[in-house]
Amino acid sequence: MIQVKNLSFEYVTGQPVFLDFNWSVNKGESWTILGPSGCGKSTLLYLVAGIRQALSGEILVDGEQLMRPRPQSGLIIQDYGLLPWASVRENVALGLEVRRFYGPDGKHAPIDATLSEYDIDYWLDQLGLTNQSEKFPGQISGGQRQRTAIARTLVLKPDLLLMDEPFSSLDAPTRESMQNLVIDLWKEHDLTLITVTHSIEEAAILGQKILLLNDPPNVSANVIENNSFGKAEVRSDPDYQKLCQILREQLSR
Amino acid sequence: MRGRTVLLALASLILLWQILAWIVNLSILPTPWVVGQTLIRELGRDLPGHFLASFWRVFASTLLAILFASPFGLMLGQSKPLNRFFAPVIYLLYPIPKVVLLPIVVLFLGIGDVSKIFMIFLILFFQILVLVRDQAATLRPELIQSVRSLGAGRRALFRFVYLPASIPAILTALRQSVGTAVAVLYVAELFATQKGLGYYIYLKGSNLFDYPAMYAGVVAMSVLGFGLYFVVDWLERKLCPWQFAS
Repeated sequence: MIQVKNLSFEYVTGQPVFLDFNWSVNKGESWTILGPSGCGKSTLLYLVAGIRQALSGEILVDGEQLMRPRPQSGLIIQDYGLLPWASVRENVALGLEVRRFYGPDGKHAPIDATLSEYDIDYWLDQLGLTNQSEKFPGQISGGQRQRTAIARTLVLKPDLLLMDEPFSSLDAPTRESMQNLVIDLWKEHDLTLITVTHSIEEAAILGQKILLLNDPPNVSANVIENNSFGKAEVRSDPDYQKLCQILREQLSR
Repeated sequence: MRGRTVLLALASLILLWQILAWIVNLSILPTPWVVGQTLIRELGRDLPGHFLASFWRVFASTLLAILFASPFGLMLGQSKPLNRFFAPVIYLLYPIPKVVLLPIVVLFLGIGDVSKIFMIFLILFFQILVLVRDQAATLRPELIQSVRSLGAGRRALFRFVYLPASIPAILTALRQSVGTAVAVLYVAELFATQKGLGYYIYLKGSNLFDYPAMYAGVVAMSVLGFGLYFVVDWLERKLCPWQFAS
């Protein structure tokens, strides 16, 4: 699904965040990217989203070199990115409105995109937002806002879902239920999922595979397989706890 | 409820006026009853023409100010280098009471409509510019990026983000400055003109000593100011319901 080949990127000349970096993600996998702040984990996500451009090297998504944001990729950010002046329903419909605005040109919207109002109701229902649909983002809770952002992205039927610290501003119970929700959605909808997080626990819950980044420059991908992924009651599973221990040690190196 | 309290306040003010007029008992303070009768009589004469002349000046300058100030404000709010360049200039120009520029504006633009429209334009322009700029600056890059990730390019960003984001700022700017605008219009209309409520009030009061008619003009000017304020208020509720949602 994603091939990152010989990627180099820097914000400040001479201080590369990525240097000749290689990494690949298979279709349908769920990955987390874990690392301390400033390690470049969000940068990598935005590069894969096509919002930032590599200095050298290339990023292929679904076999095509990435030059701009790809209409089939969805991006979810920490502070939701909702329009404060639009209702929950209008926010969920935003992506469809944008597609209608341009028409299916292959650049802003996939050529074969079908637009349906029905999808909006479906996703509002799936994410438990039907009763909130006429409210504004300022009137609903953080968890509901993030669910709105997820509905807004999934209504566009993405094949790749990118999430940047999606749940770090939520309280612990809401965060756990959102993590479970995302895994359910991933299982049901044939998604490739990449979540950036600074939380060891979240990385271990959401990642089939975990890409560990450390202080830049990142030159090689340190990938850790997660045997506890998708287990029922994963939070009390010994494999999960062992994994968290390993991640903690690797991060503090 | 809201309408009723406003009407009640209006009634109390008229009552106060009435009582004052009785106490003072001078021709320079006619009762509201007399002024009301005069107003109705003057509406059949030349008052509507003066009212429309004033209204047209405010309307044209408001429209021009919105058209020029909002795109400029959006640009400054979204571009740090541009704002760094212009911010000190705006900082210097913003607090100048624009009305003192009136004689200069008249020298350059003449005594016609253009100089009056330009005066009010100046006042509204800076107010809208500053508020739209500050509003646009609160649109964080993350919001823009997440909308871009939904497929929005430059045009869609304008349609779905920048345009709706600037409407409340424009309306706030108008609400704050509509009073000043009408006040400056009054002063501007005292200068060499034969049309407008400012001229009308001055003519009736200082030249013809027709005090009831002068008061009718004052009432008309107040109605103009209040009407504009009311329209802005109504637009705000209509276009920005999210600001009133609890």
